Amino acid sequence: MLRFIFTRVSLIIPTFIGITLLAFFLIRLVPGDPIETLAGERGIDPARHEQLRKEYGFDQPILVQYGIYLSRVLQGDLGKSMITQEPVLNEFSSLFPATIELALCAILFALIIGLPAGIIAAIRRNSIFDHGVMGVSLAGYSMPIFWWGLILILLFSVQFDLTPVSGRIDVLYYIEPITGFLLIDTLLSDEVDAFWSAVQHLILPTIVLGTVPLAVIARMTRSAMLEVLGEDYIRTAKAKGLSRFRIVALHALRNALIPVVTVIGLQIGVLFTGAILTETIFSWPGVGKWLIDAIFRRDYPVLQGGALLLGVVVMSVNLLVDLAYGLINPRIRHTR
Amino acid sequence: MTTETMEAPAVAVPTATPPHPLREFWGYFSANHGAVAGLVIIVAVVLVALLAPVIAPHDPNLTNTAIALQPPFWQAGGSISYPLGTDPIGRDILSRLIYGAQLSLLIGIAVVTLSIVIGTVLGLVAGFFRGLTEIFIMRLMDIVLTLPSLLLAIVIVAVLGPGLMNAMLAVALVILPHYVRLARAAVITETSKDYVMAARVSGAGTTRLMFKEVLPNCTAPLIVQASLGISTAILDAAALGFLGLGAQPPSPEWGTMLADAREFVLRAWWVVTFPGLAILVTVLAFNLLGDGLRDALDPKLKR
Repeated sequence: MLRFIFTRVSLIIPTFIGITLLAFFLIRLVPGDPIETLAGERGIDPARHEQLRKEYGFDQPILVQYGIYLSRVLQGDLGKSMITQEPVLNEFSSLFPATIELALCAILFALIIGLPAGIIAAIRRNSIFDHGVMGVSLAGYSMPIFWWGLILILLFSVQFDLTPVSGRIDVLYYIEPITGFLLIDTLLSDEVDAFWSAVQHLILPTIVLGTVPLAVIARMTRSAMLEVLGEDYIRTAKAKGLSRFRIVALHALRNALIPVVTVIGLQIGVLFTGAILTETIFSWPGVGKWLIDAIFRRDYPVLQGGALLLGVVVMSVNLLVDLAYGLINPRIRHTR
Repeated sequence: MTTETMEAPAVAVPTATPPHPLREFWGYFSANHGAVAGLVIIVAVVLVALLAPVIAPHDPNLTNTAIALQPPFWQAGGSISYPLGTDPIGRDILSRLIYGAQLSLLIGIAVVTLSIVIGTVLGLVAGFFRGLTEIFIMRLMDIVLTLPSLLLAIVIVAVLGPGLMNAMLAVALVILPHYVRLARAAVITETSKDYVMAARVSGAGTTRLMFKEVLPNCTAPLIVQASLGISTAILDAAALGFLGLGAQPPSPEWGTMLADAREFVLRAWWVVTFPGLAILVTVLAFNLLGDGLRDALDPKLKR
């Protein structure tokens, strides 16, 4: 087991180097002088230019420059935003909880609907319900979520006036950030109205971001269940006279969940991709919208640092999923 | 129930020669209604794209502010000459969708072609030479796979500058690892087989082995992935267009059309509904086709 953990953890080193290389070259590939790129469009005086050149080490060979960059990154120094002059890491950590809150709600939504739908579809194979679930999940899988968001706004906010169009919470409320998760912070500060406002603001973004994972989870659960239901031990359980519910809930589901857990882990990357689009549509103040805004403001330090941080987050989540998978399934940790 | 049914099986006696592979493939493929539906939609989209100048009722870029934001013909105020209504500057939405089909197909095909050619070569090289070359290529692909696909595409476009060409390059790079992995895995299974050994013994060089012997035998998974890849490419390019990083206005690319129309969502439902529907239907069709191809080509599922 230790050996498995060690090899798996050591595998992230090349990935980490790769991500830092990508972020490192990002600034240097933008046409023009990197100092001017970093300093913004207003331009800087030659003396300051020279000073920055030295500071960032642009007068050194490229490998040394990368070394300087890497050591800065490892010390948590990702540069400052050109617009706000705030350290990139601070901005990221103040916005990240919003993204996490949305992503967690989305994956919960996907699980609560996707798992039962997949299980029932498998039990009632070839029924109308099964075909319906498969059809809907194929549509969900093919969904341009940026359009889906607009359509839901059109339906729920414009036609029925049920949900707010954008933001995380009504402007009436100011909630002192404690955990950064509004659902928890509002309750901690005993603001029930604010809590409901936060819930209302979460509904549409959650559905939009959860759609693709929902489709994938439903499909995967169905096929994993079908495979398991055909196994000998299920026939044995039936022969023993166990109830249908017991067979499905205890014998089949437990084994069917292993591939499903992996798929959920793989959806984390998809979630962050979706978060960029979802946050843009709903003006959700998370890291996705922050990155897109950075592109249009030509705020390259934010783009560089933000992409690096998101890459590291996804890499770490993948690592955790792999380790958890190795814990659940001994066959994985003993191969190779 | 008597003699007549007794004679019937005689017709079904297996013929001496097995059916042509294409015929066999069609047998499996056509049994899958979803896949056939997908194929029909794709053929329709291709026809629309090819015949765009003939069937589009208006010039897709012709603006006319006098008729701005006209609703579709079945709503009050709509007219049959602009069947799906007009956009905020009075362009015909149907005509723009029709020309947009050209762009979306072009994006899908160009991106996947680029990706599949480079990916196959890299995969073949990794599978044939193994060792350091393989480790280098595969680790690189793992890194690309680790990053969320759209994030990587966004970063690439942010560096290269927004535009359709750069967006296509970015998406091609993002979907590259799938082809490299598939090609390498197929090569590794194939090279242990006798026919490769036979070819090697009879003096075939590595290049010949790679492209003439092994490649034709690992096309099936690549074809399936190509169909699924086209749907990803169309979807991602549209997402980039929507974010303002892909095709630039006034291009009638579907994602860009959505971005243009976004602020009018509260006033005119038709300007956002139809472009997205076009994306959804096209992507769905390629996914259906991909699933059908996989079922028909995957020997494990046969019989």
